[in-house]
Amino acid sequence: MKPAPFDYARPATIDEAVALLDDDSIVIAGGQTLVPMLAMRMARPDRVVDINNIPELAGITDTGTEIVIGAATRQVDVLNSGLVAEKLPLLRKAISFVGHTQTRNRGTVGGSLAHADPAAEIPLASLAMDAEVTLKGAGGERRIGVDEFLVGPMMTAREPDELLVSLHYGLASGTRVGTGFHEMSERHGDFAMVAAAARLELDAGGACTQAALALGGVDARAVRIPALEAMLTGQAVDAALIQRAAQEIPRAIDPGDDQHASADYRRRVAVALGERALTDALEDAKGTAA
Amino acid sequence: MSSTNLRYVSRKRTVREDKRFVTGKGKFVQDVALPGTLHVAVVQSPYPKAKILSIDASEALAMEGVHAVLTGDEIAAHCDPIRFGLKLPEVKWYPLAVGQARYAGEWVCAVVADSPYIAEDAAELVDVDYEPLEPVIDPEEAFEETERLVHPGNGSNVLYHGHFHWGTVDEDFAAADETLKFRVRWGRSSTVPIETFGALARWDEGTEILDIWASIQMPNFVELLSSTLRIPLNSTRLNQDVDVGGSYGVKRGIKHAVLVGYLARKLKRPVRLIEDRLVNMTSGDAHGPDRIFDTEVAFNKDGEIRSLKIRALDDAGAYPGRAPFQLAKPISAIVGPYTINSVKYEAISVVTNKTGQVPVRGFGQSPTNYMIESAVEKVAAHLGMDRIEVRRRNLIPADAFPYQIPAGSKYDSGDYQTVLQKALDAADYDNLVKRRDAARAEGRLAGIGIATCLEPGGGNNIFEYLMNPSAEITTFSEGAELRVDPDGLITGVVGTTTSGQGHETLVATIIGEELEMDPDEIRVVHADSLNSPITRSPVASRMAIMLGSSTAAAAQKVKAKVMAIAAHNLGKAVEELEYSEGTVFERGDPANKLGWQEICFIAHKAYHKMPEGMEPGLQAQHVFQVPGGGQLPDEHQRVQIYPCFSFQAHVPYVEIDPKTGHVSVLDYVIGHDCGTQINPDIVRGMVIGGLAHGIGAALYEKFQYRPDGQFLSATFADYLMPSVYEIPMVKDVEHCTPSPLTSHGQKGSGEGGYLGAPAAIASAVNDALAPLGHCIDELPMRSHLIESLINHGNPNA
Amino acid sequence: MSSLEITVSVNGNSYTETVEPRVTLVDFLRDKLALTGTHIGCEHGVCGACSVLLDGVPIRSCLMLAVQADGRAVTTVEGLTQEDGTPGLLQDAFRDAHAMQCGYCIPGMLIASEALLRENTDPTLDDIREAIGGNICRCTGYVQIIEAIQLAAERLREAGR
Repeated sequence: MKPAPFDYARPATIDEAVALLDDDSIVIAGGQTLVPMLAMRMARPDRVVDINNIPELAGITDTGTEIVIGAATRQVDVLNSGLVAEKLPLLRKAISFVGHTQTRNRGTVGGSLAHADPAAEIPLASLAMDAEVTLKGAGGERRIGVDEFLVGPMMTAREPDELLVSLHYGLASGTRVGTGFHEMSERHGDFAMVAAAARLELDAGGACTQAALALGGVDARAVRIPALEAMLTGQAVDAALIQRAAQEIPRAIDPGDDQHASADYRRRVAVALGERALTDALEDAKGTAA
Repeated sequence: MSSTNLRYVSRKRTVREDKRFVTGKGKFVQDVALPGTLHVAVVQSPYPKAKILSIDASEALAMEGVHAVLTGDEIAAHCDPIRFGLKLPEVKWYPLAVGQARYAGEWVCAVVADSPYIAEDAAELVDVDYEPLEPVIDPEEAFEETERLVHPGNGSNVLYHGHFHWGTVDEDFAAADETLKFRVRWGRSSTVPIETFGALARWDEGTEILDIWASIQMPNFVELLSSTLRIPLNSTRLNQDVDVGGSYGVKRGIKHAVLVGYLARKLKRPVRLIEDRLVNMTSGDAHGPDRIFDTEVAFNKDGEIRSLKIRALDDAGAYPGRAPFQLAKPISAIVGPYTINSVKYEAISVVTNKTGQVPVRGFGQSPTNYMIESAVEKVAAHLGMDRIEVRRRNLIPADAFPYQIPAGSKYDSGDYQTVLQKALDAADYDNLVKRRDAARAEGRLAGIGIATCLEPGGGNNIFEYLMNPSAEITTFSEGAELRVDPDGLITGVVGTTTSGQGHETLVATIIGEELEMDPDEIRVVHADSLNSPITRSPVASRMAIMLGSSTAAAAQKVKAKVMAIAAHNLGKAVEELEYSEGTVFERGDPANKLGWQEICFIAHKAYHKMPEGMEPGLQAQHVFQVPGGGQLPDEHQRVQIYPCFSFQAHVPYVEIDPKTGHVSVLDYVIGHDCGTQINPDIVRGMVIGGLAHGIGAALYEKFQYRPDGQFLSATFADYLMPSVYEIPMVKDVEHCTPSPLTSHGQKGSGEGGYLGAPAAIASAVNDALAPLGHCIDELPMRSHLIESLINHGNPNA
Repeated sequence: MSSLEITVSVNGNSYTETVEPRVTLVDFLRDKLALTGTHIGCEHGVCGACSVLLDGVPIRSCLMLAVQADGRAVTTVEGLTQEDGTPGLLQDAFRDAHAMQCGYCIPGMLIASEALLRENTDPTLDDIREAIGGNICRCTGYVQIIEAIQLAAERLREAGR
């Protein structure tokens, strides 16, 4: 388990980094997923571009309309951020399930998103939160939604010469916002067999103005469940409605079989965890108002 | 033996090995640095079964820094197959595949280079042409199969098929009120130490000695290595002063050692092979038992269990290693701690196209205990009786020891009822039941587990004879040597490596106890195999029993010599003298005495003060033979295999998420009796550590193969060992029923809680599922199986 | 594939060495600097045996390239001893609680525990689990390790730290 040879570059700016990117190069941020892939020789780049020394890629900023998180911001810094705890509670809940202390100390939010593991928590929560990403390439900068960014297992819309620069999370309009996050893994800290991220916004009368449920580990990438969301939106959500709406989940996902669980198991657990995440989000939203 | 008379034994004392580990100064095989060492990477078969048509290593050999590419044909031309104890000449095991690869990941070539990085670069360039063949993966298919043979020359896939019949089974079944049949399955798992296996070899051209450093825990290792390499035994030297980073049975890299031994001699450079984790998991030949039990139990309406008929089919993988014998050792405790009157046992070992099996903690006893406990649970459920009550009715009573079981073992001592009661008390059992019932009332699935199991300890080879009558090996001994130098300082010499059991602490404690000296002042060294006392290595929970007893006897020999020297110089008979902390004095006149320093000086330097004819110096060696183990089986195949029987009573509490099937082990109490504990911290550690390992086997750990033979569990993200989150703060309650067979009443404890935890967790899970009318009979009980059972009535929905 | 010169501070000593970019930090520590206290368990970031402190923060040294440690400060298990090489407070607590058997995972456990206790000398059981949750020990079942950390915390509190 020793990596094949490669060259190494450590640019100091985003532009320098972008200039180094091509089909045969690969970006290293935290390295928590990349280094094992190098060691197993599943990744064999000619050049590794290290973005850890680019100060502008790290940091959490509140612009007033959104929270911007630099792609190379460590997961631990997001987890410990007061700003994130207050404004992006779902992201915080999701990151508490990512790996362990030591991997979160190196792992970055951008790295996790760019790796696009179908079971990973950060892409999942970001999808539930309608986050967007900024990519920068030789041809300039573009901003797209996470939904567009996530393409398939370990596949994204990032072009080989583009760098993921930042993640953008919009701020909730209402005050009665609730979130919930659940996942199933055999052991604490493992990749999820199934994970669910939910977000509900209620109006003053208690009706749901916005609903989001994203599920991970149950398809080629994290997926939203639009039919379920439509059933909740505009309604006074309660346990019975959540249970009814959750019946939309099996139709909306396409899980696979592997050595850890069958597709049918994942489908059933997706329903259960989807319900739990929504239930938590509902209680959280009501609690916010109280 | 009362612990109140003991100075050091059974006292809480710092474990001497720990200092080097906490400061980063342990010396593991990877830390041994010899100048000029070359490194091995292996080329592995991508197919579970394939003919090797050709190997082209020219590109690899052309790389800078590459020294050799070794093939199976070359090694087969210069080495013998590795022996494994059964007489099956057509089952040939070599370090590299010869002609045919027999499992996915099997080593086909070894590439030797200046660094592991270059070796891996070159390994990718070796071009092997394969012709894939149809493998056999399922052990039941393998048993029946006549075409898809793993070793065609053997004529079948069966390595061993034997029948044992002890006592009046048919009569007992006929007389019993009821019978039950069931099947339980133990999944393929192992001990998976955090250190992988590693071996380093150096051929010394001057002395013509092959030096080996290896993370080894294995009897016969040097004998096997020398015979396979065709190097005389007295020219093969295992250096045992390396720390072994965990083993629990599996550190037996004989094929690795043969490989580096051959290469070191050929290349005249030190050569090392340190498995990386992928190689360790796919092809270290270190998987454990993979077993199907079909059992029938005969019992009476009052819960008395009369007889068992057991059929065990075990999947050895492609090369047998010690696999078949893991079906034989459990014969030593085939009825568990119960008064079961008779047993039929059919044992079958088959080969399949999977990586090979090695001894795993307990050598087959933990799967067997799981089967026996399943029988008890099923009898209780069938009769509607309390599980504890059924056990109480069948446990061997305390006044019945020594107790001979139908298969021949005489259990040395025990007080099973008391230990079970202590465990129940520590678990606050009545309140635990209330807690479970309250959880159930709130709609949760909750269960309490019960298991009462034995840990046979001490080791013996005689099970080999049961399967191969040409192996008339009845000696299973352990030696210790004790040297006192002219300065009066004491050194204990042991003949093995240590892999966490604290042998240095064990030996120092016992010498200190016997000679009334501070153990902290006593040095203990691990001699190399050419200098060491006789050893069968630390397998089979045996070092406290065997090394402890041989050390005590060696110390007594030294003490006797000290007394004789003192008697000669004090002009008194030995009977008139007393020994205290190294000083010998006249009982009636304590001022007439001789001190330790003077005695040691006399022994080494003052021959004129020695009793006439006494050998100079002050040292002794003692070789302890396994108590009761020196006999061949009688005509009814009854035999004493292991001498000492430790007992454990487990009481875990679990809850299950009904929607995901996820099991949480929330509390755990174990009652444990291994006789006298030499060092209580060491015993507690092994009991709880073994128990955690058992939780892994029960819930998480499995080496999985696809039906086509591809291996799916090569990483730690796929083979799931318990982390701190999965193990509760286990409470260990100790009880002491001394063994009459050992120096201080000690028994074995190294296999620890592993021997009962899988059974106990299965019991707890099934207790939780009982209100739904479900029962799961396979390990590991992964979440998806339990969820399917709960919500769809079968584990594979 | 050209090698690079890097300067790394390890346990307070500065080392300047030439390394291939592909060499991991753990291999660099063990093979170049002969600091063999840091152990390799899985090389894919799951077991935690190779944990070290990077600028005071616990990380896995198998998941970092040595070249990425250029200009950084690393602490290994050897750096947790007192200046004369005798065991430090945490190391002594691990001995006193016999928080190990084979000792192989212990350097990683000590690093994870050290990081916890630097932040928190009164950790709860959950805090301890969080700190060592990514370190697999196959020998102990963790109970004595938890007790060792609790003992070290108690001694730190008594010492007013």
